[in-house]
Amino acid sequence: MDTQSQQTWQPIPEKPPPSLSIGPVGWARKNLFSSPLDVVLTLLGLYMTYVVATAILDWAVFGAVWTGTADDCREGSQACWPFIQAKWGQLIYGRYPLEERWRVDATMIIGVLAMIPMLIPAVPFKKWNAIFLFVIYPVLAFFLLLGGSFALPLVETPLWGGLLVTLVTSIVGIVGSLPLGILLALGRRSNMPVVRMLSIGFIEFWRGVPLITVLFMASVMLPLFLPEGVTLDKLLRCLIGIALFSAAYLAEVVRGGLQAIPRGQYEAANALGLGYWRTMGLIILPQALRLVIPGIVNSFIALLKDTTLVLIVGLFDLLGIIQLSFTDPNWSTPNTANTGYFTAAVMFWCLCFSISRYSQFMERRLQTGHKR
Amino acid sequence: MALPTSPAEGSGAGRLLSWWRNPQMRGVFFQLLTLVIVVWVGWAVADNTIQNLNRLNITSGYGFLEDTAGFSINFSLVDYSEESSYARALLVGFLNTVLCALLGIAIATILGFVIGIARLSNNWIIARLATVYIEIVRNIPLLLQIFFWYIGVLRALPNPRQSFEPLPNIFLNSRGLIVPTPVLQPGIGFVFAAFVLACAGSFFLWRWARFRQQQTGQQFPVFWSSVGMIVLLPLLAFFLSGSPISLVLPELTGFNFATGSTLVPELVALVLALSIYTASFIAEIVRSGIQAVSWGQTEAASSLGLHRGQTLRLVIIPQAMRVIIPPLTNQYLNLTKNSSLAAAIAYPELVSVFAGIVLNQTGQAVEVLSIVIAIYLSLSVVTSIFMNWYNARFALVER
Repeated sequence: MDTQSQQTWQPIPEKPPPSLSIGPVGWARKNLFSSPLDVVLTLLGLYMTYVVATAILDWAVFGAVWTGTADDCREGSQACWPFIQAKWGQLIYGRYPLEERWRVDATMIIGVLAMIPMLIPAVPFKKWNAIFLFVIYPVLAFFLLLGGSFALPLVETPLWGGLLVTLVTSIVGIVGSLPLGILLALGRRSNMPVVRMLSIGFIEFWRGVPLITVLFMASVMLPLFLPEGVTLDKLLRCLIGIALFSAAYLAEVVRGGLQAIPRGQYEAANALGLGYWRTMGLIILPQALRLVIPGIVNSFIALLKDTTLVLIVGLFDLLGIIQLSFTDPNWSTPNTANTGYFTAAVMFWCLCFSISRYSQFMERRLQTGHKR
Repeated sequence: MALPTSPAEGSGAGRLLSWWRNPQMRGVFFQLLTLVIVVWVGWAVADNTIQNLNRLNITSGYGFLEDTAGFSINFSLVDYSEESSYARALLVGFLNTVLCALLGIAIATILGFVIGIARLSNNWIIARLATVYIEIVRNIPLLLQIFFWYIGVLRALPNPRQSFEPLPNIFLNSRGLIVPTPVLQPGIGFVFAAFVLACAGSFFLWRWARFRQQQTGQQFPVFWSSVGMIVLLPLLAFFLSGSPISLVLPELTGFNFATGSTLVPELVALVLALSIYTASFIAEIVRSGIQAVSWGQTEAASSLGLHRGQTLRLVIIPQAMRVIIPPLTNQYLNLTKNSSLAAAIAYPELVSVFAGIVLNQTGQAVEVLSIVIAIYLSLSVVTSIFMNWYNARFALVER
């Protein structure tokens, strides 16, 4: 074939797709109006969105009372933000003394500053960060919040409240229950029948009862179990109950991770002559715990929501303080309750939603590591 | 693994310690050690408890169940008065727990399935709305939602004289939801008999249709004929026996409704919050269950010539249910356990009656809480027995 007579084959230029099937119009036809039923659903959805969004915006923003006193809130049925402004300090600190509140701030700020580099995967020195966060920080926070030494006045736990109690119960609950949860998970997969039965019994017992009965047990039964003369703080008793409760749930999460480790890892560890604890500590747990980080985070979110129950046994967490503030006669307006619940809902939602988004991010990151 | 160069080999100490090198002996030793520690802790706790109870002069034992309760309960499914015993109060609380759990489960299932399917909808707005619902509801504590419905919404409703009437003869006001009371007349037995007959008939129809399809390949519209039978036969019996259900309509006398049945606002708030909250979890379960059935299954069904309805009914749903049922049962159990939050709004269920009022009156913490715990544990044992049976029955048999 000589090159002069070679004719290059020219395809007819492509026609553009029909204008109705591309761009925003095409997208809308495909995703919003593909069938008569679809049209009805779309219109219904748009209408519902409109009604709900305008109602909420009008209640919370445009029609709301932003400044003033309780008297301004007695008329109408709109959000009463001066109530939240007046009670904001209590929502965060409870009845923590005014002049000592910087200690709570300091604890929270140090905690957040230590958490941020921990959460960003690219930041180095994770090991030292973790040691600070899980070993040094709890001790520091304990002395800062409770006081009674290092020239800090003692602040009894009945004075604690609001967001402080919510965060303390949930964080101490999850961190305190992790070691026990890991031990229980190992126990449940153990070859020793006695250890396995005890672990199963413990886990199923705590998973079978509602948290509220656990809290009742912690507040009325636990004092009976202790020798005479030993008394525990109510907050501490609830923390013990919450930690035991969440240990059972964490054990199941960790067990899921242990089951995901292929048998070859155990066999390889055995072949290297490692004993049980070194197999677990050096080979299995580091891999299993990495796998279950999303599960642990989900347990933490569940716990964060469940800590609201402590108000039933008389501790004042965020929701408890809000409930308490309704009893203030100065603010007994028809709009206080809903404003308070709305604020608490937004605070809880922001916390839980951001944590769950982070957990999803971690999940994706961990999954890519396991893809081949 | 005993190394031959071990310095202790053969010496007295080595023989003494040799059992330590035996994994089996070591296992027995550790198990004994665990058992001793557990028994010791248990004994110490029991001992402390007995001493404390003696010191505080608290009687022990379950004899108090026979005593007169002496408190009233504002909502009960069985006869109860202040003269009834604590055991009777326990029954009232248990039945109230069961009632709100059943109502909650029914509503949450319907809502959850609708929202879960909506989230997979091709319609962008419907899918987004479902996502927004799920993300908002499940990230707000349940207790907060219960308070919101109870104090924020139901307390704010008008008094009985200005009740809402969403449906004819159903009233909603600050005292709760008032519905007509159905009263059964003698002829009702025929209707029940017709219903049972229709169910039995549908069962045999289904057996016969399956047999015929296996023999001849011909299909029979079993579903619609069964529905027709189950709906029409009782209806026919109902009218033939002269409408044996009469309704006592709610009537406003003075400041409140004297007739009709009242669902107390605590129950309404609790059921609303429980079902809305649990529905968001059920929706996620339904979505993941449907997504777990691979697209290839749908394609294979189409290539076999099944139409869309058949594909769903015969291929997708049976496989999706296998994934959905176990976590769904778990959610039902969670809902039942969460109904204990009623203690916060004083709906008289198990925890608020027993761990609340009775515990305060008798002071017998150990006995009262052990009863409550035993009831919840037996509920969860029953659930896990069901789950094990289900998993054994429907588990995917792999090669």
